[in-house]
Amino acid sequence: MTMTRANLLIKASPWLFTIGLLLFWEAVVRAFNIPTFFLPPPSLIAQAFVEFWGPIARNSWITLETTLIGFGLAVGFGLLLGLVVGWSRAIYAGLYPLMIGFNAIPKVALVPILVLWFGIGFVPAVLTAFLISFFPIVVNVATGLATIEPELEDVLKALGASKLDIMRKVGIPRTLPYFFGSLKVAITLAFVGSVISESVASNYGIGNLMLQAQAQFQVPLIFAGLVALAVEGIVMYALMAVLEKRMTRWAQRSGFSQT
Amino acid sequence: MTAFVSLENVSHAYAGAEGAPAVEGLTLDVAEGEFAAVVGPSGCGKSTLMKLATGLQFPFKGTVTVAGERVSKPVKIAGMAFQAPTLLPWRTTLDNLLLPLEIVEPYRREMRRRKPEFAERANNLLGSVGLRDQGGKFPWELSGGMQQRASLCRALIHEPKLLMLDEPFGALDAFTREELWCVIRDLHASRKITVILVTHDLREAVFLADRIFVMSARPGRVIAERRIELPRPRDLEVTFTTPFQDIVHELRAHIVKARQ
Ligand SMILES: Nc1ncnc2c1ncn2[C@@H]1O[C@H](COP(=O)(O)OP(=O)(O)OP(=O)(O)O)[C@@H](O)[C@H]1O
Ligand SMILES: [Mg+2]
Repeated sequence: MTMTRANLLIKASPWLFTIGLLLFWEAVVRAFNIPTFFLPPPSLIAQAFVEFWGPIARNSWITLETTLIGFGLAVGFGLLLGLVVGWSRAIYAGLYPLMIGFNAIPKVALVPILVLWFGIGFVPAVLTAFLISFFPIVVNVATGLATIEPELEDVLKALGASKLDIMRKVGIPRTLPYFFGSLKVAITLAFVGSVISESVASNYGIGNLMLQAQAQFQVPLIFAGLVALAVEGIVMYALMAVLEKRMTRWAQRSGFSQT
Repeated sequence: MTAFVSLENVSHAYAGAEGAPAVEGLTLDVAEGEFAAVVGPSGCGKSTLMKLATGLQFPFKGTVTVAGERVSKPVKIAGMAFQAPTLLPWRTTLDNLLLPLEIVEPYRREMRRRKPEFAERANNLLGSVGLRDQGGKFPWELSGGMQQRASLCRALIHEPKLLMLDEPFGALDAFTREELWCVIRDLHASRKITVILVTHDLREAVFLADRIFVMSARPGRVIAERRIELPRPRDLEVTFTTPFQDIVHELRAHIVKARQ
């Protein structure tokens, strides 16, 4: 009985904390008379949400689309490159410094180049989302492949297993938890990428909407944009988490090492 | 007596490794059906010996022959088990046992058609090591000792002529270890399989082996060879007798000397 009550509390706890934070925010803004153009209270943000529902919904959709296409590219390309990199020590050694160097570049710095090549709008946003989110996927897939227990490899090689056999029977299955684990990180980063690009080089998307709201000093609308992004981010993250759980049940139950 | 596994004056150095070779001038013969044990100080090249005999590594000098053929690629007639059970956590124990059959010909080709028959064989094997009806469990649902038994079964499923064991019981408690000694003893007796066992445990070596090779410190070679004449089948009680203890002491003296 107490068990179920404790469980219920844990289930309800995220909602309670969120509501608590909003109430606290509202109270602070009112108590200290903080100007709404500085920090609007949640009630005003909600109002803006309702008032500008049309543009918010339309632009959220565009941002989501952009992000998902970039993310999809990152999954495909990241998986492929990860397999290649994890396949051989030589390729791993050769590409590793390149990838580290590439990852060290702040992706915002690439947006002007992308705009130069593709013009402003949809394409650079997709590419920024892609570029920023593919790295964790590559690294995780490559790590999964590169950390096969050498003894297990010996057992299989002694049976005459080819490299492809070892990858199919061991490498790829054991890489799945790493891969699905990396998707949660990657989807979050993909949102960062698309919004950055939208806010500097696009006429659409939540990033652009927030920029325009700022220009017109509609501070509640800026925050409403943030909320829309947060909701999208949480939903996609949760989807990835469910996917991970579904696909790699054995890893969670066996305490398989994960990064 | 013709040798089933034979290493002749073998030297091997790992690529990129510095200093002395891992093994140098290593010579050793194991007859068909014989149970050989290899003991020696840590890092002397015992695992290297295993890799040389199974075609996972190739010497820069000397020859390795298994079943009358010079080893130039992985020998497929060997089964291996190590200190870590290395079972795949996403497969049930039964499916783990079937893994070698998915790789070795001719089983590989026949996997689809003869799967029920192979599963039956795997289940019988599990039964013979005291794991009957555990095949449906995942490895992480088994204890360490049970996993090690399953790993032994995986080494045996394709009916290898040669069983290579590299400190297979190193991570187990004393009682489980003795239990598994008996499992191995019975497997060897019933299948007439050739076994090479690497171990740090001298009692284990004396209890199980027909012949024990003592290796020197790196670079490893055989510095002593001891035939164990204790009558078979051996019971665990034999480990408490004086002749047994004398052999253990004698071997210990060799190792102590090898370490200096
Ligand atoms: N893959 C490798 N690359 C380079 N050197 C290696 C490699 N494997 C082993 N060695 C070296 O070769 C020597 C023999 O190693 P090996 O693993 O055969 O020893 P061992 O007798 O099995 O030791 P232990 O009893 O500790 O298992 C060691 O000095 C080791 O450092
Ligand atoms: Mg070893």
